[in-house]
Amino acid sequence: MSYTALAALAVSGALLLDLAVLRTALVRRKAFWTAYAIVLGFQLLVNGVLTGVHVVRYRSDRIIGWRIAYAPVEDLLFGFAMVTTTLALWVWLGRRSEQRVRGASR
Amino acid sequence: MRHLLYVGLLAACVIGTLPLEFVLHTRVYARWRRLVATVVPVVIVFGAWDLLAVAQHTWRYDDRYLVGVRLPGSLPIEELLFFLVIPTCAVLTLEAVRVRRPSWSIGDEGPA
Repeated sequence: MSYTALAALAVSGALLLDLAVLRTALVRRKAFWTAYAIVLGFQLLVNGVLTGVHVVRYRSDRIIGWRIAYAPVEDLLFGFAMVTTTLALWVWLGRRSEQRVRGASR
Repeated sequence: MRHLLYVGLLAACVIGTLPLEFVLHTRVYARWRRLVATVVPVVIVFGAWDLLAVAQHTWRYDDRYLVGVRLPGSLPIEELLFFLVIPTCAVLTLEAVRVRRPSWSIGDEGPA
């Protein structure tokens, strides 16, 4: 499967995790998008260096070919999926431990 | 020196976000069990994707910019560090937003 298809699939998976599986609904929260915007800025910088000096190279027939700051656009989807998955897990784990504390004090 | 490029970028990410923990008091490293439980599934899932991509030659890494330690599947050690460092930075960023904007709900707040 192409990187493009896998990256699109990963974004769908991350959204599904956030909205339907863990029900953290981060993508409906201002705090999430603010944090993501900050991370995205630094991703463009770091990923730009990694792809600009060719630390990593991509096979051209696996990517769609659109690039932002040297990096294939698929990397942005990969990053979004990874950050969303991470933050959904973090918030879900926090909510669970919060519920345990409340349950114990009841 | 150029073999330190990738690992140096990751070190910069770790060092650059340290003030969030110690100046803004995000308490992310302080809650290390929750951080580990968050990061481990991410390492497994996205690490597997990386392994697959390397095996299928979707992307490849240039040895000139790597410290030279390769993990099983020919994955540079920098990639494992990447999957530890970047999710941690993302959590630090979210918690920093929480510190600066306490009225914005994130979804794991306790009872007021």
